[in-house]
Amino acid sequence: MHDAAITFDPHMEEDRTTTGIPHDKMGMWVFLCSEVMFFTGLIGSYIVLRYGSVWPKPMETLNIWLTAANTFILICSSVTMVKALEWIQKGNIAKAKLFMCLTLLGGSIFLSVQVYEYRHLLHEGFNPHVSLFGSTFYTMTGFHGFHVFCGVVCIAFCTGKLFLGKYTQEHHLGIETLGLYWHFVDLVWILLFAIVYLI
Amino acid sequence: MTSDTHATPNYMAIFWWLLGLTIGEIGWAIIPHHSEFVLAAGIVALAIVKAVLVAMYFMHLKFERRTMGILFASTLILGAILVSVGIGEQVLPRP
Repeated sequence: MHDAAITFDPHMEEDRTTTGIPHDKMGMWVFLCSEVMFFTGLIGSYIVLRYGSVWPKPMETLNIWLTAANTFILICSSVTMVKALEWIQKGNIAKAKLFMCLTLLGGSIFLSVQVYEYRHLLHEGFNPHVSLFGSTFYTMTGFHGFHVFCGVVCIAFCTGKLFLGKYTQEHHLGIETLGLYWHFVDLVWILLFAIVYLI
Repeated sequence: MTSDTHATPNYMAIFWWLLGLTIGEIGWAIIPHHSEFVLAAGIVALAIVKAVLVAMYFMHLKFERRTMGILFASTLILGAILVSVGIGEQVLPRP
C-alpha cells in the first residue's frame, strides 16, 4: 500500500475509471445533459407561448444579417477550438496556442456583437417588458450569452495554462473538456438562431 | 487520452457544410412560403442537421463509447417529450 501511494500518478486516473472515460470528461457530459434539459425547457416554453398568442415576425424587429454574421463567427470559433485540440494531440503546441487564441477572439467578438445588438434593440424600444416576444427573446439569448461569457472566461484560463506549459501532447484533458462545452454552446446557438430569429 | 484513437475527421469539410446549411437556412427564411409550417419545418430540419454535425464531429460523439450516446440521447428524448406535451397543450382541442 505504501509503495503504491508513493508511485501514484494523478494522470493515470484517466485510465482507471469504470466507464473507460476520464472523470472530468464524464462530468462534463453529465453537465451538458443537464444543460440540454435547461435549454429544452426554454425552447419548449418559447414554442408554447409563441403558438398560443399573436406573435410578430422576428425579421421585422431583429437584424438577421448581423446575427447571421455572428453565427458564422461562433461556428468559426468552434472550428478553431477543435483544431486547437487536434494540434495539441499531434504535439504541435505552437499551433494549439494560435488556435486557442483565435477561439478566444471568436468568442469575444460574438459577445461584443450581442452587446451591440442589445444596445441597438433597447434604443429602438424593444425591451424585455414590451411584449412576450421581447421577454422570451432576451431570456433565451441572454442565458445563451451568459454561457458564452463563461466559455470565454474558461478559454482565457485554459489558454493561459497552455502558454505556461501546463498542457502537453499527453495531458490535455482540460482543453478537450472545455472544447465539449464550447461546441455545445455553438450547437445551442444553431438551434436558437433558427427558432428565434428565422421562424 | 482515452478517446484519441479514432481517425481525425475532416473538420474543414464540416465547417463548409455548416456554412452552406446556414446560408440555406437564411435563404429558406427569406423566400416567401404559402404556410408558416413549411417555413418552420424547413428551418428546423436544417438546424437539426447542423446540430447533429456539431455533436457528431466537433464533440466527437460519433467516435465516443456507446455510453455517451445513450446518455446524450436519453436527455434529447426527455426534451422531445417535454416539447411535445407543450405543443399538444396548444394544438389539441380543450374539453
